[in-house]
Amino acid sequence: MAIIVDEKTKVCVQAITGRQGRFHTRQMLDYGTRVVAGTSPGKGGQEVEGVPVYDTVEEAVDKRGATASIIFVPAPFAKDAAFEAIDAKIQVVTIISEHIPVHDAMEIMAFAAQRGVTVVGPNTFGVISPGKCKIGIMPNRIYIPGPVGIAARSGTLSYEIAYQLSSAGLGQSTVVGLGGDRVVGLDFVDCLRMLERDPETKAVVLVGEIGGSAEEEAAEFIKGMTKPVVAYVAGKSAPPGKRMGHAGAIIERGRGTFAGKIDALKQGDAAVAELPSELPALVKQALERV
Amino acid sequence: MKLYEYMAKELFGKAGIPVPAGRLAFTAQEAADACAELGPVAIKAQVLAGGRGKAGGIKFADTPPEAAAAAADLLGMAIRDLAVDRLLCEQKLSIERELYVGIAVDGTTRRPVLIASVQGGVNIEEVPEKSIVRRRIGVTWGLFGYAAREVVRRMGLDEPAAGKVVDILLRLYRVFRQYDAELVEINPLVILTGGEVIAADGRCNVDDDALWRQRDLPQTTEGTELERKVKSLGLSYVELDGDIAVMANGAGITMATLDIIQRYGGRPANFLDAGGGAGVEPMTRALEVLIATKPRAVLVNIFGGITRCDDVANAIVQARRTVKTDVPMVVRLSGTNEDEGIEILARDGLTAYRSMEEAAARVVALAGEAN
Repeated sequence: MAIIVDEKTKVCVQAITGRQGRFHTRQMLDYGTRVVAGTSPGKGGQEVEGVPVYDTVEEAVDKRGATASIIFVPAPFAKDAAFEAIDAKIQVVTIISEHIPVHDAMEIMAFAAQRGVTVVGPNTFGVISPGKCKIGIMPNRIYIPGPVGIAARSGTLSYEIAYQLSSAGLGQSTVVGLGGDRVVGLDFVDCLRMLERDPETKAVVLVGEIGGSAEEEAAEFIKGMTKPVVAYVAGKSAPPGKRMGHAGAIIERGRGTFAGKIDALKQGDAAVAELPSELPALVKQALERV
Repeated sequence: MKLYEYMAKELFGKAGIPVPAGRLAFTAQEAADACAELGPVAIKAQVLAGGRGKAGGIKFADTPPEAAAAAADLLGMAIRDLAVDRLLCEQKLSIERELYVGIAVDGTTRRPVLIASVQGGVNIEEVPEKSIVRRRIGVTWGLFGYAAREVVRRMGLDEPAAGKVVDILLRLYRVFRQYDAELVEINPLVILTGGEVIAADGRCNVDDDALWRQRDLPQTTEGTELERKVKSLGLSYVELDGDIAVMANGAGITMATLDIIQRYGGRPANFLDAGGGAGVEPMTRALEVLIATKPRAVLVNIFGGITRCDDVANAIVQARRTVKTDVPMVVRLSGTNEDEGIEILARDGLTAYRSMEEAAARVVALAGEAN
């Protein structure tokens, strides 16, 4: 098992002929992901890294049976790309693109909800079930299969944490990047719900940051979970009113503070790490209790 | 991008929301002229920050000389460190009641949310939850009249004000959508003694990521000169008040780096995210910027993923040659090919660390010595 993606997932790369699309198609193929098609309007009939290119996602679904897509399309055209994937009955749409207008993101999420489609991102590094399938831009070498599910709002910090866990022999079932934007598809609660049901997952690591209320909602959900959750939240020293790199990482009108999130998570019975390097030990302890 | 009150009100006015007659003034004379034209006025400092009223940023004047004096006071002041350089002079209103209405992007529901209260004129965060009416709006269909009427009913408003507020809510939603706003707010929305309903204040924060399709909007600039300069390089930068310059790759890891420095008793000078990719070119530019701020020490914290640590190390060596500096630098490298990276730096006389904590402790010590 695993969540969201596994060895059966067939991936279509939207904007496969671009620099990023081409590079990450190679990386995903190297990882063993079944990249079955790519799209690039007007470039149907070409091949990229041996993967057939189509003009539309519908063709990629009809001819190659794509079930998931990854979007590298630049922000101004990303809404169109996401709607195309959802309309073509793609089940999991991962949006890597950054700087998508938040109104576009709201429209994408409304359409996806209407069609029952899972959206990961935007502004995410993607999702990986180690040893099975990687849809994203994360490095190939830092993950090993195992019992820890990870849901994270930020890319590199989650790489760092996955790497530390892997180095300590703690493998991962699925690692999900929620994305750094204010409006994203999957949130912590969605991930926790799926990881709670996933037989392979024995413990969960939540990597949060200041801004919004996703951690507070997660804390509420954790109260009803049987699996242990270990959390780390970045941004303790962040001043209010400043965007810390991510559009969603901002303390506004007294909301989204570090202290509020830590309090909520502790009340929700999550173990809270003060430093990222404390996570492997806390995860080990949590797994021993299972 | 935040718009000034007068800019937001211009958008509101265009959308048919009643706003007071007003004139923009950059000098005391212009404020006096506005008063001569409009009669008794409220003179309001225009700054891109909240809390203006409490900071004394609003004054009233009945005559042109009074307006000139009030304007002279206001133009000299700073609100939340922002210098006041422009004033909005508006016809004084005879207020009976103050309401709050706003529409914001709600990350939790991934929808716009309408927020309203009969307790206007104060910060909405200070209004008790039971006095606030919220209603989520389906972005596909927009705000319907019935939904706005229901909000107004729950606010407890009576006719004729109720119908006028419904009309304003519908128009406000149009502004929110048309200009890619993250937030539109009228606080207070006032009921005048004559029964008219009018936007006494106005706020409109436009999504930075949508500015490419909002070219007709006026431009405002936020942040310090340095922040603006670094942002124009495509890097994410926030100036802080400490003395240890920080560069890391990725927003989350950069925040975590600042947290750890603070935990070890140091004070970070900035947030600088060189991007998750940790490409060589942006890192070189980032280092140049940091050195130019004359920090006591620099901490570079890189997780090598797809970009390998040895490439990152070579980039740091390269950047140090280009920038030429005596500022002590601590580097932490972790991830793919970290051993090779650390060795490359060692050959250049730089000790690199594997652990974030060790690196942070070291940079805090170095910054202390430089004191």
